[in-house]
Amino acid sequence: MASESTMAHPFEDAPNHVTPTVIHDPVLARTDFKSVGTRPLRPDGLDKVTGRARYGADFSMPGQLVGLVLRSPHAHARIRKIDTSKAEKLPGVKAIVTAADLPDHTGGDQSMYDILENCMARGVAKYDGHAVAAVAAVDAPTARKALKLIKVDYEVLPHVTDVDEAVKPGAPLVNPRLLTEGVEPRPTKPSNIAKRTEFGHGDVDAGFKQADVIVTRSFRTEQTHQGYIEPHACVASVSPDGTGELWVCTQGHFVYRNHCAMLLGMDVSRLRVTSSEIGGGFGGKTHVWAEPVALALSRKANRPVKITMTRDEVFRASGPTSATSIDVRIGARKDGTIVAADATLRFSCGPYYGMWAELGSMTAFACYDLKNVRTVGYEVLVNRPKTAAYRAPSAPMAAFAVESVMDELAHKIGMNEVDFRIKNAARQGTKASYGPVYGPIGIGATLEAAKKHPHMSAPLGKNQGRGMACGFWFNFGGQTCTDINVGPDGSVTLTVGTVDVGGSRASIALCVAEELGVSYEQVKCIVADTGSLGHNDMTDGSRGTFSSSMAGIFAARNAITVLRERAARMWEIPVDDVKWEDGHAKAVGEKYGNLAPLSLKEIAAAAVNTGGPIAGHSEIVADGAGVSFATHIADVEVDPETGRSKILRYTVIQDAGKAVHPAYVEGQYQGGAAQGIGWALNEEYIYGKDGRLQNAGFLDYRIPVCSDLPMIDTQILEIPNPNHPYGVRGVGETSIVPPLAAIANAMSNAFGVRMTHVPMSPPRVLKALEAAKKA
Amino acid sequence: MAVLVSTTINGDNVEFACDPHESLLDVLRNRLGLTGAKEGCGTGDCGSCSVQVDGRVVCACLMLGVEAEGHEIETVEGMSHGVELHPLQTKFIEHAALQCGVCTPGFLMAAKALLEKNPDPTEEEIRFGLAGNLCRCTGYDKIVRAVQDAAKVMRG
Repeated sequence: MASESTMAHPFEDAPNHVTPTVIHDPVLARTDFKSVGTRPLRPDGLDKVTGRARYGADFSMPGQLVGLVLRSPHAHARIRKIDTSKAEKLPGVKAIVTAADLPDHTGGDQSMYDILENCMARGVAKYDGHAVAAVAAVDAPTARKALKLIKVDYEVLPHVTDVDEAVKPGAPLVNPRLLTEGVEPRPTKPSNIAKRTEFGHGDVDAGFKQADVIVTRSFRTEQTHQGYIEPHACVASVSPDGTGELWVCTQGHFVYRNHCAMLLGMDVSRLRVTSSEIGGGFGGKTHVWAEPVALALSRKANRPVKITMTRDEVFRASGPTSATSIDVRIGARKDGTIVAADATLRFSCGPYYGMWAELGSMTAFACYDLKNVRTVGYEVLVNRPKTAAYRAPSAPMAAFAVESVMDELAHKIGMNEVDFRIKNAARQGTKASYGPVYGPIGIGATLEAAKKHPHMSAPLGKNQGRGMACGFWFNFGGQTCTDINVGPDGSVTLTVGTVDVGGSRASIALCVAEELGVSYEQVKCIVADTGSLGHNDMTDGSRGTFSSSMAGIFAARNAITVLRERAARMWEIPVDDVKWEDGHAKAVGEKYGNLAPLSLKEIAAAAVNTGGPIAGHSEIVADGAGVSFATHIADVEVDPETGRSKILRYTVIQDAGKAVHPAYVEGQYQGGAAQGIGWALNEEYIYGKDGRLQNAGFLDYRIPVCSDLPMIDTQILEIPNPNHPYGVRGVGETSIVPPLAAIANAMSNAFGVRMTHVPMSPPRVLKALEAAKKA
Repeated sequence: MAVLVSTTINGDNVEFACDPHESLLDVLRNRLGLTGAKEGCGTGDCGSCSVQVDGRVVCACLMLGVEAEGHEIETVEGMSHGVELHPLQTKFIEHAALQCGVCTPGFLMAAKALLEKNPDPTEEEIRFGLAGNLCRCTGYDKIVRAVQDAAKVMRG
């Protein structure tokens, strides 16, 4: 089994990578780029505007069956018995699986066991939507009929779905396997707190004693879903010889391979996984759900099986992010210096161990240079779906609470909120609240840019308010493997193993074209299947372009070494006398004055006589993902009659290190902001008293539509990351961090009412306005 | 019992047999191999399966296959003619108006119908014209700009 399969969570080791450890090749302030920084057409664009691109559900295999999953209607129930006998007899049904068909191969690995149990309930269904059985049949109507014929005898158990209720004494116990981690001595009895974590430094209590003003507030945020438009889909085919194929929409097909192989008891090398085009993931396609089930069905039926989740299943059983309850206390002197900051964060994890409050605790105060800081996080178990990563997971909620208090504190001191943040902003050399010491970072620069931005001084009308907020994300590097193969015509195939979620094939090709000194059009970037390349971690942690471009550049350098050797052989001169420049081998020295440079194309054409195929490879752990900061500005108009709010203007300012393809960097900024706006104003999971999700569809779980939003202005700052050859930082996630707070601050500034509960949906806004009137 | 249906799809006469309860989307995707229209929700909320029926935008998941009898269906596969792309397709690529691209076929169909009715829409008209289509990646900014630019090209 692959050892990395135990890394159930994509960000589990993120903290290890936030401090630059390897300085590869600093090119600080390099400006002579030819390809990097341009905006060419993406290589997959044509397929995607013509309907030719193949996503998870667009692929079929000969003899394929339709797989469907039976899900628990109860939030918490013991499964006394599953009777599949009637369903098995239905003509057209080829296989039925339950937990009995997925024996435990996890060998004591708790996180993998949790994934196994989440894929198929083992004795107890732990949330509304938890899979309990699955069927494969010749067509969908037959499979649907078969599901109805499966009889499950449930003993309904008491449940708890609310993050605050779950930690009260006497709350129903969600997962008796888990004893609280991080508390000494470790408890001997289970509770709904899976883990306690603490970060910080200095003496917080002493710090508060120096404060002239202290603001203390409690906040809540509701659970949201990543809301990718493409539901999970896969086609699995397992042969009786023990080999298997899986076609799947995923953010990381190598990780899916490792997880599925472990859960199915297969050798990793015997399962070949191909990633489809992905219709959005945002962290939600980093876990396996139906894929092991499809493989188990296929193994039993000896036929390929396709499983496509419905939207209802996507909401009830995949994703979502945590619901939270957060207390924040910050104290400052009258001159604006923060003297102490403290936060307690409770994050829901679903029924399984998570590290969500931990990430919230790490990110909460990461923007600031604080002498005395403490954060305590509690991972809270509830009868809701297993929490999954959602774009900068946990940071938006923590930022909502902290940035709201920052605004309030600034106002109490009588300082402008931007100046207050500038005064306390982290800088190079600051010891971050979560441990490491920062290298060159962009928080100060984004704040200064915000201060100068025309948006900041534009006039506002009646019932309108302006707010701003900052955000942080670690970014991640991780295991990366990349190949470059030069064709006989001199065209270049760039093979990467990071799934392209938003244009990264274009960005990585730009970097390789830059390094080789050839045109972007000469480099074709493809995503390889798991049988064709070494392991790659998932496209998560904003690592896709960062890590694969780094590995691509190193692979290009290795290919250049080969190209120089081939040119030397063609010229019959020492390789040390050959340099690579502008896509050509050039002989160095006056004695070679008559040797015309050899193009990549010419060297490739002669390859058969100089040593055969020309390639470059690179296998790295892409350490040194530069941390990322952003400042957002939002203008909001609230209708005091209805509580409805509208975003009038929105500006994102973020450090990209180096924007490789600026159009797709802007796209990341805009997309993250839009998701944050939806979270701030509308999106939330609504559970009934029966523990069932009441809004498992896009009609009632309302994500922003085109008419809800204005244009989203962006400003890209470039503070180079010294750990990447071209200065690149990840850009995908930070943009979702500030919106909740920026919009809450805007509302507060419009009405003088502090909003403490997200989403700020019309009923909550009205309630807050009425409470303010009474006060 | 399967029903035989005669229809026109992307200008071609097409006959297919489908069950009476089968959606047009399932017919297009599973029986005819036209997988450009996507199923994002199956309840008409996301617009990813948008097609044109006699020039009107319809969610193919909300229409039965049998209802296509005698009608003209256009899907994203019919937008380009050979290698010649529709201006909306060109502008979506140029403006980076897609990230994951799964909503793109639906947006293209909806935008095409919008511009056929209103060749010079305001930004607000574009935003409301496309409000039946969900995109989770872009924040819509670049989609609106692509439609504005395509409209300009199409007006000549």
